[in-house]
Parts: sequence; C-alpha cells; structure tokens
Amino acid sequence: MKPEQPSTDIDRRAFLVGGMGLAVASFLPLSTKAAPADMQAAVKELFGDRPLQEGGVTITIPPIAENGYSVPLTIDVDSPMTPEDYVKKIAVFSPRNPIPNLVQFTLGPRTGLARVSTRIRLAGTQKILVVAEMSDGTLKSAAAETMVTVAACIIG
Amino acid sequence: MAAIRISAMKTAKAGEIIELKALIRHKMETGFRRGSRGEAIPRDIITHFVCLYNGEAVFEADFFPSVAANPFLIFYTRATESGTLEFRWTDQHGTVSSQTANISVES
Amino acid sequence: MRHFRWPLIGLLLGALSACGEEPASDSVRETGLAPDTIVSGYAFLTPETQSEQDDDFLNPANLWVDEGGKLFLSETGVSAACASCHGEGDMRLDGAATRYPTIDHASGELVNLEGRINLCRTRHQQADPLEYESEPLLSLTTYVASLSRGQAISTALSTDEQVFYEVGKTYFNTRRGQFNLSCRECHDLNWGKQLRGDTISQGHSNGFPAYRLEWQTLGSLHRRFRDCDAGIRAEPRTYGSADYLALELYLRVRAQGLPMETPAIRR
Ligand code: HEC
Ligand code: HEC
Repeated sequence: MKPEQPSTDIDRRAFLVGGMGLAVASFLPLSTKAAPADMQAAVKELFGDRPLQEGGVTITIPPIAENGYSVPLTIDVDSPMTPEDYVKKIAVFSPRNPIPNLVQFTLGPRTGLARVSTRIRLAGTQKILVVAEMSDGTLKSAAAETMVTVAACIIG
Repeated sequence: MAAIRISAMKTAKAGEIIELKALIRHKMETGFRRGSRGEAIPRDIITHFVCLYNGEAVFEADFFPSVAANPFLIFYTRATESGTLEFRWTDQHGTVSSQTANISVES
Repeated sequence: MRHFRWPLIGLLLGALSACGEEPASDSVRETGLAPDTIVSGYAFLTPETQSEQDDDFLNPANLWVDEGGKLFLSETGVSAACASCHGEGDMRLDGAATRYPTIDHASGELVNLEGRINLCRTRHQQADPLEYESEPLLSLTTYVASLSRGQAISTALSTDEQVFYEVGKTYFNTRRGQFNLSCRECHDLNWGKQLRGDTISQGHSNGFPAYRLEWQTLGSLHRRFRDCDAGIRAEPRTYGSADYLALELYLRVRAQGLPMETPAIRR
C-alpha cells in the first residue's frame, strides 16, 4: 500500500497501518483508482427503461462489514412464487466496484421462495442496489449501505 | 475437481419448500490484482451456477468478479417428486464441476 | 466500539525512537497476559463472521477439513493411509493437536503439527514430506486440528521444552523491524484497541490453520506470523523455522487453556 501523504512521518504512519494485516505486494490493486462504475447504465442495459418501484425487496447486509473481501448478503423479494406470479431475476449492482454487476440470480415458480444468500466483495463503503424483475415485467428495488473498514482494494 | 460442499434434505413432503446450500472452493481471481513482481494476475472466475431438479433448472446464478472467493449460495426449491438435485458450476473456460444429491419426496 | 486509533498510532510512532531490550526476568510460565483476561480472537469478530465460523456448512475452512479428511483415508502415493494407523483406539488423533508443538522424542527436535504429519509421511508412509503451506499439508493439518475442536490447548511444558519456550518468549518480547515493535507491544499491551479498522486481538494461535478474509483462503499460523513480522517491516522468518516453532510453543502455553477453534475464520 503506497503512502499517500508527502511528509515522512505521515508516510511511515500510512506505511505501518496500511501494512498491518496485508500480505504486501500481492494484494496491491492493479489500478488504485478505478473510475466509479456507471451503475445506472448497467441497470439500463439489463432492464431497459422500465421504472424501478421501491419496496418489495429486503436486503440483509451488515451495516459494518468485517472486511470488503467477503460481505454476507441475503435478498428477499415479496412474491408468492406461483406459476402466475413469480420473480424472474434478481440483480445486484454496485456504484463503486470496477464492474457494476456484482451477481445475478434467475428464479422461477419452481424456486418456491424468493430468497437467496451469498458473499460479495465491496471496494469500500457504498450503497448497493438490488433490482428484482417480476414475471409481469415490473421491477422492484431496494438499496442498502454498508460501511467497509478494510476495503477489498484488489477490486478498486 | 474442485472441493464442493452441498446440502439438501434427503426426504421432503410434496410441495414443501426446501433449503439448498452450495459451497465450492475457487479463488475467484478478479483480474484486477497484481502479483509480487507487479505482473497482472489474469482473471479466473466461475461465471455460472445452476441447480437442476431432475434435469430442469430451478435456480441459476451468474457470477462476476465481485463474488467472494469460495462462493457460497443458499437458495430454495419446492419439492415436487423424488429424484436428483444436480449442482453445477461452470468457470470462464467452460470447465464444469458438479455434484448431485438424491431426494425422496413423499406425497 | 471504542476507537483508539490515533493514540495507538502515536504509541507505535513513539516506539520508533525507543530502543532497548524488554526485561525478561519473570518466571518461566508467566506471560504478559493476566489469566482472567484471556480471550480468543473470535471475540473480536463481528456477529456475522462469528456465526459464519460456527456454521459447519458455511464456514469456508471446512472445504479444507473435507479435503484433509479425504487425504487421511487415501492410499495414493503412500505405503499406508493415515487412517490405517490412526483410525481407532489409542492411535486416534482426537486431542492430539492440543499438545503441539512438542518434542519429537526420536530426534529431540521441537515439531509442530505440520512437522509431525511430515514425520509420519517419512517414517511411517515411505513418502516425501509435503511442502509447508502446500494445499495437501494445509488440508491434513486443518483436518487433524479440527479433531481437537473445543478442547483446551495444553499448557504442559516438559523440561525438554523449556529451552524452546524461552526462545519463543524472547522472540515475542523482542522489538524488531523498521518500526522497532515486539509482538508483545501489540498483543499483550494494546489488544482491544483499533488499528485501521482492525481490532488488535491477543494474538492467540487457537484458530489456526484459519480462513483469513484478507487472504481469501486458508493459511497456517506461520503465514500469520509472517504477516505480523512484515507489518512491522521485520524480515519474516521462513515457514517452519526454528524461531517460529519456538514462538508457536510460547503461544501454546500463553493461551492458558483456550479451546481450539480450528477451523476458525479471521479478518
Ligand atoms: C504406519 C502407521 C502410521 C501412519 C500410516 C501414519 N502415522 Fe501418524 N503416527 C504413527 C505413530 C507410531 C505415531 C507416534 C509417534 C511416532 O512414532 O512417530 C504417530 C503420531 C502421529 C501424530 C501425533 C499424535 C500425538 O498424539 O502426538 C499425528 C498428528 C499423526 N501421527 C498424524 C498422521 C497423519 C496425518 C498421517 C497421514 C499423513 C499419519 N499420521 C500416518 C503411525 C502412523
Ligand atoms: C503493530 C501491531 C502488531 C504487532 C507488532 C504484531 N501483531 Fe500480530 N496481529 C496484529 C493485528 C492487527 C492482527 C489481526 C487482528 C488480530 O489481532 O487478530 C494480528 C493477528 C495476529 C494473530 C492471529 C490471532 C487470531 O486470533 O487470529 C497472531 C497469532 C499474531 N498476530 C501473532 C503475532 C506475533 C507472534 C507477533 C510478533 C512476531 C505479532 N503478532 C506482532 C498486530 C500486530
């Protein structure tokens, strides 16, 4: 981790705190400043211009993540999951990781319950966006903020 | 083949919603990191997961580099008939890892 | 959570100019941690990570336990599977990991669990030793250690072990590296304080080999030592080095009977 400040004392400080717990060079990011991804463009690419209705989606994510390399995430969508009314797709987006698409799930009536859990990487504190596409084509959404104290600098 | 852990009930009642868990060992190398000599480490990730219930997809996931190393998933399905649940992962090179669980469904 | 970030960094910087040896006059068993304060690294994790560690399915380190369990039964490349000798009776390995590192009586050397497993390979399986930190050795070590999960780490110290214990204790208490810090400075004197979003624990060994989120994989205790040495800009010792083995022995006694948590998850 490169010291960012000019003075030697602060350099040393950044060096020390930055170095602790990091296996030095192998974890250095390829580009320290990945441009913030265009999350909106990614949503549009997947779902077009359909409006996002807030609500009907619950995101469970720790408000403070242990470490950006592995953040537990659970998503619930309100849906009876019947052949007439079900969730088709759930997509998770980031405004800060180098690639705005984090993970996507395809469900159907046979899934039975619109709930899924996984672990994601977050390149710093941010508000992730979850969009659920219902079988009638409508889009439900929710956002949740997580504070990342040790960012997954490998991805941003 | 990669180390895999899956979990599914062995028996269920018809119509019951069952929880399925899947864990696979994979580094999910993002393609954004450098090695110790500054060289770029190429991306190496799993891109797709599918759970097949007697051959029919009941749940799928598309992975990007932001899925954590050693990816795990918890998801659900409705028990309909006895048979097999196949958990199948495909990496970016097209290599498939899979494991199967049997389920017996009582009406 | 209380943040001691700046005061601690002040302390660390202050330590840069401070020199001199730590007095090592206390009696053999005394360590820098009062017995009633002993607490595992687990206590410093978020509730989410704690429950992940406790969940036998979700804990990713179990992938290595599974793999080690398979290797334990396997006869590939060896004259006899581990399980053929250690499958039953007195030879079962439940609790064995709590006693390591310890002296190998045949050679008089201090060996840790990795070393013992490799001795079994060379002495009893007509096989080559496995490379330190290689996946098969990590898997076997994690599997064998997991058989002691929940059991207290042994504090027993034989007369043969005492000389190694002293070496380990000295390593722990000696300032080194560009930052002129000792393990003691952080893990005895400043545990519970914040260091860049991380809380310094007491530096116990009871979770290792452990799955570290930072590594995004499972690693040995010596890999953790190397990270701490590198963090203070000291030259990390090699895996399995005499210094790290002695340090590991000191930590075993210093843990004062903490239960084994392998396979643990750590930041
Ligand atoms: C042919 C029999 C044999 C095989 C095979 C064998 N061991 Fe051993 N193991 C022993 C004996 C005998 C000891 C007691 C110490 C000694 O004599 O080396 C021992 C000791 C140990 C100990 C220390 C037990 C304690 O309480 O201190 C561990 C751990 C161990 N073996 C692990 C393994 C593993 C892992 C394998 C497979 C890689 C293995 N052994 C294969 C015979 C065997
Ligand atoms: C500048 C402070 C500092 C110094 C000096 C330091 N460490 Fe650490 N150590 C840490 C931090 C921070 C962690 C990660 C959080 C924690 O304490 O578990 C850590 C973690 C550990 C752990 C893992 C604990 C667990 O439960 O997972 C062990 C073991 C350890 N250190 C041993 C040592 C040893 C041995 C030395 C001396 C060679 C040393 N440390 C020097 C700060 C330090």
